[in-house]
Amino acid sequence: MTATERHSPPDIDVAGAARTRHPLRWVASIILLILAAQLVNLLITNPNFKWDVVARYFNAQVIGAGIITTLYLTVIAMAVGVIGGVLVAMGRLSQNPIARIVSGLYVWFFRGTPVLVQLVLWYNLSALMPRISFGIPFGPEFLTADTNQLITPLLAAILGLGLNEAAYMAEIIRGGLMSVDPGQTEAASALGMSRGRTFRRIILPQAMRFIVPPTGSQVISMLKATSLVSVIALADLLYTVQAIYNRTFQTIPLLIVACVWYLVITSVLYVGQSFIERHYARGATRNAPQSFWSFLLFRRRQAAPAPTREETPS
Amino acid sequence: MSMPMVHARAVRKSFGPLEVLKGIDLTVERGEVVVILGPSGSGKSTFLRCVNQLETIEGGAIHVDGELIGFRASGGRVHHLGDRDITRQRREIGMVFQQFNLFPHFTVVQNIMEAPVGVRRESRAKARARALALLERVGLADKTNSYPRQLSGGQQQRVAIARALAMEPKLMLFDEPTSALDPELVGEVLATMKGLANDGLTMIVVTHEVGFAREVADRVVFMDGGVIVESGPPSEVLDNPQNPRTRAFLSKVL
Repeated sequence: MTATERHSPPDIDVAGAARTRHPLRWVASIILLILAAQLVNLLITNPNFKWDVVARYFNAQVIGAGIITTLYLTVIAMAVGVIGGVLVAMGRLSQNPIARIVSGLYVWFFRGTPVLVQLVLWYNLSALMPRISFGIPFGPEFLTADTNQLITPLLAAILGLGLNEAAYMAEIIRGGLMSVDPGQTEAASALGMSRGRTFRRIILPQAMRFIVPPTGSQVISMLKATSLVSVIALADLLYTVQAIYNRTFQTIPLLIVACVWYLVITSVLYVGQSFIERHYARGATRNAPQSFWSFLLFRRRQAAPAPTREETPS
Repeated sequence: MSMPMVHARAVRKSFGPLEVLKGIDLTVERGEVVVILGPSGSGKSTFLRCVNQLETIEGGAIHVDGELIGFRASGGRVHHLGDRDITRQRREIGMVFQQFNLFPHFTVVQNIMEAPVGVRRESRAKARARALALLERVGLADKTNSYPRQLSGGQQQRVAIARALAMEPKLMLFDEPTSALDPELVGEVLATMKGLANDGLTMIVVTHEVGFAREVADRVVFMDGGVIVESGPPSEVLDNPQNPRTRAFLSKVL
């Protein structure tokens, strides 16, 4: 008889183990449910929400025009932000020290001051320079314009939001490009690929995986940031509902209209972002991409089995 | 005698205050397989990277197939080459890295086709046909449409070899091709390289695999401290080393 046989432990099977109880979880759940029920009750019974007013204005044509302005502004300002961001990121990663300093100062200034202040500054540019002219620096001018006519509220909004965004996008793009393994550039160089082709085919597609997710959040932030342009009298979604409730004093119902529309648009953007992210995740995981429907149902993807030794001939 | 494939003379290279290459003289004949051995930090990888201009040399000269690498001599002066010419020279030289450096967002066959299609402007059909033939040669015909991350290290390195061969290089450089591999996967990569050597490809191999050097190399070069300490046929350098540093190194790795 060996030692282990003499002292063998009692015969137990853990398969029938009782579940651990979590009383605190129950308490927390009940409190949360009560709070949620109160909120629903408030939404239904409080007459000040004036859901009939919300319903009346939800599809109003003037609200639609405000939404179009908001979307239009988001797209244009984001485009300015991405193009400007690429240029500033290139400056930050440049071999040229002057380009590095200038782009560094750009990021420092535009990230370091509130975007609301920048918007108002652009809007009041004429106070700084009454006329804007194009020509040879310190030399003759070919084209001059009255600043007040040139900088419309729309242009001030695009400049204010777009140039601010460029500073954030520059940092996102720079981070993405730097996250790609330098060995990738070396491998491409060793194959005789040009710098431009290496950037387009090898570096950028891999950097996109790190650039797209934060850019998606930037688009959603931008959509919400466009509401700031209401201070420079541009008729976006928020400005439109403000104009209505200033007349009708139905402040809360109209703000709810704006909130719901902002939520609808950000939800659509969120779904779109997830698909773009999956596209750029190619080759990044061992798993096949998730299907459209399983994504919509928020189902967790199943883990693929790790490759077995049989797959590796020796 | 025909012109050598690689002719390096008095090659020097520093990283800041550290002189990594202190005058390397090395000639590699056509079809010759040269294995460079040496302790880490001896400059052997740096020398290989200089041949392919991943590093720029600071003194001496390297000629590959009779062409001065990285520089142009005219009017009694020497000028650095521009990006276009550097790129053109690199196309003739294949390189295999320790970390494989496959393009993770491309499938295996796309990895191999990328340079022939994008750089040599070959038709996709022709490039694909050769890519498949090369995969057959390295024993990975069934992995054509896999992504690199789905392969073992040894399989990835064999794809990297096929990718370099797709440009039909006249010279292949191997920078510690098996150092990042699990021991049981080293053999498949060495076998592939041995096949290339038997086919007459000119190769410079930096490695710690003394067995490979003994079996495949025409010549073994031992580097230490940025200089070539000893050079000769494997039977001489490996079995009867003359230099005490070579002897010390071999006693540790054998």
